[in-house]
Amino acid sequence: MAFTSDELERYSRHIILKEVGVKGQKKLCAAKVLIIGAGGLGAPAALYLAAAGVGTIGIVDADEVELSNLQRQIIHGTSDIGKPKVESAAETLHDINPGVHVVTYREFVDSLNIADLIKDYDFVIDGVDNFPTKFLINDACVMGRKPFVHAGIIRFKGQLMTYVPGEGPCYRCVFHDMPPKDAVPTCKQAGVIGAIAGVIGCLEALEAIKYICGIGELLTGRLLTFDALKGDFHTIKLPPRDPNCPVCGDHPTVTELIDYEQPSCSLAQHGTALD
Amino acid sequence: MNITVGGEKKSVPERETLAQLIADEKVENAAYVTVAVNESFVDHADFAQTELHEGDAVEFLYFMGGGR
Repeated sequence: MAFTSDELERYSRHIILKEVGVKGQKKLCAAKVLIIGAGGLGAPAALYLAAAGVGTIGIVDADEVELSNLQRQIIHGTSDIGKPKVESAAETLHDINPGVHVVTYREFVDSLNIADLIKDYDFVIDGVDNFPTKFLINDACVMGRKPFVHAGIIRFKGQLMTYVPGEGPCYRCVFHDMPPKDAVPTCKQAGVIGAIAGVIGCLEALEAIKYICGIGELLTGRLLTFDALKGDFHTIKLPPRDPNCPVCGDHPTVTELIDYEQPSCSLAQHGTALD
Repeated sequence: MNITVGGEKKSVPERETLAQLIADEKVENAAYVTVAVNESFVDHADFAQTELHEGDAVEFLYFMGGGR
C-alpha cells in the first residue's frame, strides 16, 4: 500500500535514510512489537516505536501509575496517577501517532499466558524489573523461536543484549540461573537514575527497529553496557551459544515454562551481598 | 604483566589468579558475577585455579534486574 502524503511527511526523516527508505518504513508500519512492562525501559521504547510508526505495539502491565514512577517512566504524567499503566501508555502513544495500533494487556506475564502473548508478535522487548520474569521471557522466546532484547538497569548503569533464534547465545547461556532474592539489589532498593532507563530503553527500541528493517548489526552475541558516571559504553563479545544451555542447548532441561520463585537469600551465606 | 579488565588496561602480578583479581577489583556481588576470559566463560569453581596470562582480556558480566 502506498503512503499517504501525511505519512510521507511524518516519516520523511526515516525515508531519507538510505538504510530505511520507503521499503524499511513499510516494514516498520507492518511490524508488531510486544513490550513487556510499561515502566522505565518500556516507556521510552514504546514512545520511539510509536513515533517510528511500528504498526502494532502490544503493551503488557498490570500495575497502575504511581507518583514514584514518574521520575523515569516518561510515558505517564502526573494526571495519570492511579490509572492503569497500559491505559495511560496507550493514550500517550495515540497522541504521538494515531496511525499506530496499540494493544493493551492489563496483566503480568506468567508461565500460562506468555506463550500466547508473544506468538503473534515479530519482536519482544524486555522492560520488566525482576529476574523471574526476565528468565521467563528468555525461556518463552527461546521455546517460541521469538527474537527479543533483554535489558537491565541499576543505579547509573544499564546493559542489553539481543537474542535471535539460531544466532548466538540466549540470556541463560550468559546468566544461567537467577540469583537468590535480594542477593542482587533491585532499583527500588538501590535506586536508578531516570535517564539511564531512557538511554537503555531507546537502545532496545533501536534493536527492534534494526531487526525489523534488517539493517546493521544486532547485539546478538554481544552485551552492551553503559556506565553513566564514567560516560562509557562498552561492548562485551559473548561466547557462542552454549551447547549445554538448559534452555537453548542441545539437550535442554528446561522444556516447559515455569513461574520461577527467586530462591531466598541465606543471610549467613550471602550477608555481605545484601548491602 | 598486562591484562585488560572490562576493556581497560591493568597491570597485575605474574600468575595472578582470577580469584585474586576479583578481590583486587572489589567486584560487587562476586558470587553472582559471570566471568569471561578471552571470550570464554570460567566456572566459579575454577576461579582460584585460573591463572591469568599476559594479554588476557577479562570481562565481568553483572546481573541487572531493574527495568520498571
